[in-house]
Amino acid sequence: MKAVNLLELPVEERKESIYAKGKQKPNLKCDTDSIAGVVSQRACVYCGARVVLNPVTDAVHLVHGPIGCASYTWDIRGALSSGSDLYRFSFSTDLKEQDVIFGGEKKLALAIDELVLKYNPKLVFVYSTCIVGVIGDDLEMVCRVAARKHGIDVIPVQSSGFAGNKSAGYRAACDALLRLIEPKNKKEVKKSKSLNYLGDFNLAGEVWIIKSYLREMDIDMNVAFTGDSSCAALKTAAKASLNIVQCTGSMFYLAGKMEQIYGIPYMNISFLGLEDTAESLRKIAKFFGDPETMCKAEELIEREINANGDIVRGYREKLRGKKAAVYVGGGFKAISLIKQFREIGIDVVMVGTQTGRQEEYDTINDLVDEGTVILDDANPAELEQFIVKKGAHLLVGGVKERPLAYKLGVAFIDHNHDRKHPLSGFVGAVNFAEEVYSTVCSPVWRFTQVPADAPDWLDGNAGKREIIIA
Amino acid sequence: MGMEQAHYLNVNENQCGMCMPLGAILALKGVEGSMVIIHGSQGCSTYMRRHIAEHFNEPIDVASSSLNEKGTIYGGEASLKKGLDNSIKLYKPKVVGILTTCLAETIGEDIDRIAADYLEERGFENLQVVTVSTPGYGYSHFEGYFLAVKRVVAELVKKTVKHKGINIIVPNISPADIREIKRILKMMKVSYILLPDFSDTLDRAFERPYRKVPAGGTKLADIAGMAGAQATIQMGVTVDEVFSPGHYLESAFGVPLYNVPVPIGVENTDLFINLLKRLTGNPVPESLERERGRLIDCMIDSHKYNAQGKCVVFGEPENIYAVAGICLENGITPVVTATGGKSGKLAGLLKARLNEAGCSNAQVLCETDFSRIREKSREMEANIAIGHSGGRYLTEWEGIPLVRYGFPIHDRVGGQRLLSVGYAGTTMLLDRITNTLLENKYKNYRRNIYQQFYYGTIKPAGKGRGEKNELRLQPGAKRV
Repeated sequence: MKAVNLLELPVEERKESIYAKGKQKPNLKCDTDSIAGVVSQRACVYCGARVVLNPVTDAVHLVHGPIGCASYTWDIRGALSSGSDLYRFSFSTDLKEQDVIFGGEKKLALAIDELVLKYNPKLVFVYSTCIVGVIGDDLEMVCRVAARKHGIDVIPVQSSGFAGNKSAGYRAACDALLRLIEPKNKKEVKKSKSLNYLGDFNLAGEVWIIKSYLREMDIDMNVAFTGDSSCAALKTAAKASLNIVQCTGSMFYLAGKMEQIYGIPYMNISFLGLEDTAESLRKIAKFFGDPETMCKAEELIEREINANGDIVRGYREKLRGKKAAVYVGGGFKAISLIKQFREIGIDVVMVGTQTGRQEEYDTINDLVDEGTVILDDANPAELEQFIVKKGAHLLVGGVKERPLAYKLGVAFIDHNHDRKHPLSGFVGAVNFAEEVYSTVCSPVWRFTQVPADAPDWLDGNAGKREIIIA
Repeated sequence: MGMEQAHYLNVNENQCGMCMPLGAILALKGVEGSMVIIHGSQGCSTYMRRHIAEHFNEPIDVASSSLNEKGTIYGGEASLKKGLDNSIKLYKPKVVGILTTCLAETIGEDIDRIAADYLEERGFENLQVVTVSTPGYGYSHFEGYFLAVKRVVAELVKKTVKHKGINIIVPNISPADIREIKRILKMMKVSYILLPDFSDTLDRAFERPYRKVPAGGTKLADIAGMAGAQATIQMGVTVDEVFSPGHYLESAFGVPLYNVPVPIGVENTDLFINLLKRLTGNPVPESLERERGRLIDCMIDSHKYNAQGKCVVFGEPENIYAVAGICLENGITPVVTATGGKSGKLAGLLKARLNEAGCSNAQVLCETDFSRIREKSREMEANIAIGHSGGRYLTEWEGIPLVRYGFPIHDRVGGQRLLSVGYAGTTMLLDRITNTLLENKYKNYRRNIYQQFYYGTIKPAGKGRGEKNELRLQPGAKRV
């Protein structure tokens, strides 16, 4: 094969954010602002905050800003609810020119009044957007007054779009959650044999899957952050004796804070893939330490691996030798995906994230093969370049990346906010393998070698297929 | 007839519209070799890219000046110039559209001045720049779209000799619709310049190798010649003059403007075809007449089913006007028509049409949201909705089936392939509408008739008055 210089980049400044794994591990530049004009796949601070908080089911999510910010995020997550549907509504103060000139505080206060009257919520999140940050509306004050007036929680989320990247939005969301869960009297908090599940948003019911596993092990899931959570449930968060963290990108900050404030230890787990799911369940059982729980965990794992292992292995045979490229939001997901691809016999030849942290990139570096391209905050030009040059058969990403993959004639896996099938737990591992198979081995790729070679049965001399003329 | 402006003062609940720059992106994607950069924070371009990509199932590359805190405080000129450098390097465009956002407008960025300085500093010779001021708190994406087309015309059109060509300006219709209009123009042997033409750029054929900037779009040379055209046909009867590209061409270059509705429905399509006939002197080909005949045949086939339709139509003013027209033509009553932005001339035009058709209590909602549309649809007992994906909640929450039309369509594939214009397109749209009514009828008639007549003999009258869809209230909401 001809050697290609993979790192010939049109934009010089991006050099420090990309490397191919070799003997020496360079320090990858990450968690910085995106470079203007390169068409970053990242969104903004508001987006980060919104995706983390939106699954809180019984909250009013009020976007203080112009209409677009709310419009583009209306019911954007496939987060399911066992109770209220209020989180699926999109509320905006719809700021207009006049409000920008004279300030939007009054409108915001009236908006909260109107919504409280109409929906009687216990909790209102008020998100700030770019112009709110610029015109300097005092969100803190408006929310405080409204909270006192209505006797409910009205919590500002400081998420002005320009003030950092999506990670800053995660922190803003975590800060809002910390304010919400603070018990009135810290001394009264009693620990129970329960855990909080951080960093799962109940996409396609994933929280419920994990909850059922834990129930089988006699462990109570106190509350998930934030999948299928409610105001009342979140307020009990401090009484759990363990926090397990799935999406570290969005929740490591909250986990750290909860350890510091409430003394709740946390551990990173992953319910993506058979292996990781089994390992995580063992880790959790071990934490609680009683033999019965550990025994039940082993029973559960054995049963599920028996039921699902063969299916996944079956797909491995069909997928052996295929190569995948990964470009997702957070570092945690990227790491899990590399392992999960290994489980089904696929090598990851390119891996990148929007908001990965240094430690996560270190782990990624350890996991992947020599030559794998690792990159932070990629853009379509780079995705195209590496997918093509590394000969990937498959890309994992979100909505914006999907058409690019398809246009390149490459298979695609949605690992995004609005998917309709679970990828967590043992059942999720099977779904994942099935989805990979259905896209990588789809018959459609037979037709994507354009311009088409004339099928040999038209040449007249091939004779492989007969033309049937009725 | 019920008429109302902005019912909400403080809260917009479930949006029926998007912001200005989004519309401007769509328009600029219809210009040959174009690239767009949005001057603002990173999220705006990413969200709009996502929103557009999900409708067209196409990669939508839009750059951002990625304004951060520093740029917001000290001004974003350096970011914008750097963004231009990088995106030009990566995409090698022929035209760059620079759009503002809420943020850029609020901190007072002068993009015209920055763009002029930039071109002088870098000395690009073959690069055209079109600036469009599109604050997100200004108007909706509808106005953003037309303003961008107007700015393209203002920047790229040159004074030129008169020619026989006709300018065709289209609103935000599907790529399939644009292709259909071009097919009709070809059948009528019209020499034309259609702007913006995103029929190829936002609905590309699979090809190899992949191109970052897709082929297609209105050619720059063609745009330059629009000033010499014998007339402009603009599908923009609801568009205010200040956003109107056709009006600009008329006042700056004296090109006569014919503002017509989108050719959906017999009357609107006749209007368009007859106008072409009059302007060119060319006859209407027999094949096109046959298509008209087939449409009328289709209308006869379905007229009784359609008579039962009470529809809610929502979306962009120009599209609503055309769709409300096809409903009226086919005996479907548009009981609610709604748009999220300001209506332009829509409200007045619709009022006239609705009154003429005797729909005296039809509701026309402007600057509205889906909470209001839902409320009014329930009140008016609408049994079919026609519009974009936002209407899926009318189905989910009110049981009103939705015929997908317009932008954006996120919950189905093929929004870009929906054909609705011309005689052939109208036939297809009408079939979609009638079949949705039929599907809903077949789904419910057994239960409804049982409820009404069998069960009704036991229960006191008025309990099960058939047809009504099951209502599901939102949590905590009081039934009005």
